[in-house]
Amino acid sequence: MPARVIVITSGKGGVGKTTSTANIAAALAKFGKKVVAVDADVGLRNLDVIMGLENRVVFNFIDVIEQTCKLNQALVKDKRVPGLYLLPAAQTRTKDAVNPEQMIALCEELKPEFDFILLDCPAGIEGGFKNAAAGAEEALVVTTPEIPAVRDADRIIGMLESMGKSPIRLIINRLRPNMVQDGDMLAKDDILDVLSIDLIGVVPEDESVTRLFKYS
Amino acid sequence: MEFLKRLFGVGSEGSGAKAKDRLRIVLIHDRTDISPQLLDSLREEIVSVLSKYMDIDNDKIEIDLDRDEKAVALVANIPVLRIKRGNVEMKD
Repeated sequence: MPARVIVITSGKGGVGKTTSTANIAAALAKFGKKVVAVDADVGLRNLDVIMGLENRVVFNFIDVIEQTCKLNQALVKDKRVPGLYLLPAAQTRTKDAVNPEQMIALCEELKPEFDFILLDCPAGIEGGFKNAAAGAEEALVVTTPEIPAVRDADRIIGMLESMGKSPIRLIINRLRPNMVQDGDMLAKDDILDVLSIDLIGVVPEDESVTRLFKYS
Repeated sequence: MEFLKRLFGVGSEGSGAKAKDRLRIVLIHDRTDISPQLLDSLREEIVSVLSKYMDIDNDKIEIDLDRDEKAVALVANIPVLRIKRGNVEMKD
């Protein structure tokens, strides 16, 4: 069965797209799926660091598109979890190094090899987002319980809908349950009310995640 | 400070509820935001439809979105010069 291609996006930066991508990819791989996490953030790559694979990056997906290397040479296999792969972005290039057609072609090349292709999208609504979204059929929108993040998520959802992505589902990241309880933070239902898309999960704020990154 | 506020019930509405209200208003506006180009093409189409039935004063047409805290309305002020009577070909 060809892979499901899912773009992970948010509009706003810093809400946890890359962390979510890495964790969902690892979790799916642990369930026995063959998963590739593609870093679509050309020029500002970070998925390699979050996954702890930065020392093993040799080629990137721009090299694949430009036929400098074969797809298999660019894929980084995670030795800790069988079935988990990273396809890194180029760090010394810009977002215009790739166009939506090339992104679609790249995903088509990956599809027969994997169960899931997760595209870690850059922040913003410009070329980088359009490239990443082009290759995907489904979308996961990451937001945090803050007005700027939810507002940007709303904009991104509108754009994904007009691009025909379906289903579009939501992840609420960094929720502090005790603050919600005290009425000092937007609650899960407040966010679902205004965004009206399906929720796949709520991730509570956890300091140990910050600590992990410091020493990853 | 927070403790005192709670103790005396000052500012009883939590910041979560305030955030929800602000978010709702921001989204009402964002979702109805219209580009000048789109507004122009909307205007042209409205005029072309209306012109089948009446002569209108093209120079004095005002079409815009009217926003307040709760809702957004499309408000059009289109001065009519003359209704076309009998000479309009009705099509299905």
